[in-house]
Amino acid sequence: MTETTPLSHYVRSSRLDYQLRYELLGKALLRVQRWRDQRKLAGLRPREDSVLNPPLRCVAYMKEMMSRHYLEGRYANGVRKVAWVTSGAPAELLKALDFFLIYPENHAALCGVRRKAESLCEEAEHDGYSRDICSYGRTDIGAMLSGKTPAGRLPRPDLLLCCTNICQTVLYWYRVLAAHFGCPLILIDTPFLYHEAEAHQVAYVQRQLEEMVSVAEQVAGRSFSERSFMQVVDHSRRASELWLEVLNRSRHRPAPMTAFDGFIHMGPIVDMRGDPETTDYYERMLDELDERIRNGVGAIKEERYRVLWDNLPIWYKIGDFSKWLGGHGVNVVASTYTYAWGELSPMIDPSKPFESMARVYLHPILNRSTGHKLSSMQRMVDEFHLDGVILHSDRSCKPYSLGQIDQRDHLVQEMGIPALLLEADHNDPRAYAEEQSTQRLEAFIEMMEARA
Amino acid sequence: MSKPEVVAIGTDAGSTTCKLVAVGQGGEVLGSRLEATQPHIELQVGELLGQLRSELGVDGPVPCVATGYGRKLVKDATRSVTEITCHARGVFRDLGHGGTLVDIGGQDSKVIRLGNNGKPVDFMMNDKCAAGTGRFLEYTSARLGVPIDELGRRALSTDREEPITSTCTVFAESEIISLLARGVALEAILRGLHRALVGRIVAMVHNVGLTPPLMLSGGVAHNEAVRALIEEATGERVLLPREPQLMGAYGAALLGTEGKSAA
Ligand code: SF4
Repeated sequence: MTETTPLSHYVRSSRLDYQLRYELLGKALLRVQRWRDQRKLAGLRPREDSVLNPPLRCVAYMKEMMSRHYLEGRYANGVRKVAWVTSGAPAELLKALDFFLIYPENHAALCGVRRKAESLCEEAEHDGYSRDICSYGRTDIGAMLSGKTPAGRLPRPDLLLCCTNICQTVLYWYRVLAAHFGCPLILIDTPFLYHEAEAHQVAYVQRQLEEMVSVAEQVAGRSFSERSFMQVVDHSRRASELWLEVLNRSRHRPAPMTAFDGFIHMGPIVDMRGDPETTDYYERMLDELDERIRNGVGAIKEERYRVLWDNLPIWYKIGDFSKWLGGHGVNVVASTYTYAWGELSPMIDPSKPFESMARVYLHPILNRSTGHKLSSMQRMVDEFHLDGVILHSDRSCKPYSLGQIDQRDHLVQEMGIPALLLEADHNDPRAYAEEQSTQRLEAFIEMMEARA
Repeated sequence: MSKPEVVAIGTDAGSTTCKLVAVGQGGEVLGSRLEATQPHIELQVGELLGQLRSELGVDGPVPCVATGYGRKLVKDATRSVTEITCHARGVFRDLGHGGTLVDIGGQDSKVIRLGNNGKPVDFMMNDKCAAGTGRFLEYTSARLGVPIDELGRRALSTDREEPITSTCTVFAESEIISLLARGVALEAILRGLHRALVGRIVAMVHNVGLTPPLMLSGGVAHNEAVRALIEEATGERVLLPREPQLMGAYGAALLGTEGKSAA
């Protein structure tokens, strides 16, 4: 199985390669590409035949940032220390030690959007991994085994950091990675929260964060500075606050962006929180949203119904869904998923970096009770003035999908709004049935129509 | 006396049967068609539409609302609406009140909660597994050599019941074969089969929440054992519209008389 597959598709680059191909040429080319995109986007006018208004102009910057990130990854081995981390890992600690970070979940989502996930999942399945395993895990393991990735090439990890605050899948997944790459794995265990975290739970996680420093220092070959840690935490705080503001702009009617925009624009907050340029990016995005609000421009041309999305997006259907729903006057204005990267910002306190990081990484929505998710959803229905809720029942993500049947019932009975359970999978199109899903979505829209 | 004027036509192209209903100004049924679905739905619906139009003397254009799985294939449709809204509309018009509507079709089944104004408030569908649908009965009727319209009567003709434990249509078939081989009476097996189907439906009813009265539409509503066992399991009397199988097409036609507003 995995242990015996070659690592030949992971190559070490020379410093010269890194300087030349990434620092000099790569960055310049991406900048030129961004200028071109900006020009194109600036010239776009609403099209007669489109149900959507033109995309946000700032997307050109995001494309540049994300491409630059993956480009640097291609040449990072041998030049920077690389860590692979889970999406809910305390990455700030590693940033403070100048690690280059890869988020396999984000990479898997990229494969999903580019419709490459199915074949990568099959690579993993041929190697013996069950189809019941999360499709993010299968996509990444497939990419690891085959070396195939739409990102060109991923750098090999020197360190793995896994935090169980999203699910237990990542624990086993990262053990597979550790066996495959033969590198150290740091595991941060976060007790599940039925209510707010108790002091002893925070202390337990804090101790693990403090203890991981020495392992990370050893791999990094440099010493940890609390000052730079505080700085990174501060950038993280600012970026999360801005991201939350960005999302809350959709309380306006018409909403200046859709949750589908949010799924795409969340790349930097997931992959690059702690970097100053992420803060700059969301400031830019916020300005543009405010401009839209001032001009009364919505993300879709005719916003008749406002809807909440629960759970991960269906990556391979994002474009289709946003057009199809937009065409029916439905704007998915909010999602519990994108909110997860902003709602904890008030907990971040750079003056107590270890304690506040422990607190933040204990509280993600997936590490909390199903009742907590229900009340978040109910609050969002009120605050965003929503007409309905789509709960994506994600075959892959068990912790996110658990409790949705009851949550749906509560939303229907207590809030009196239509709520739809949509069965699919976030990355594996084989678990998605087009005709059945369309039928359910149409009936859901007809119910909102009947209430109007 | 001149014929009453056709105001709208509804088509319901389902996976098993294809239905058409034409209605007049007051929503009264003026004519209908029902036959087994053929592979080329668009041709079949076109043909049936032609027959209905000439039978009722319709020359000019009338609104035609399409529903059912083949709704997007109906070329002449002025609009397409899901079966949820159409069944709700048809049954509400026929029975006159809200409640819980169960529609068991050939290839899916749905439970729809209707508000007091007849509009659907919530629904649940089973369209991933044949075991809770008419297909389950069709399959076993073929396997046991009992005509489909006799299934219910024969199941009710006995008090003995052989539980069918397989949750899957295909596996239930092997179970039936082994039960027959063991000499179990056919009627007892039939009763067990109906119980299995009804068990799935009633679970959906409870999921959506049972608001009485309980109403039944779709082809399977003709099966007396399904009705009796649903009543037994829920303790509620089951109400039937006059033509349960035509309710989708009827509701579609009614929507056609109302212009754009749904339900
Ligand atoms: S199971 Fe859910 S939380 Fe875990 S990796 Fe998969 S998508 Fe993420």
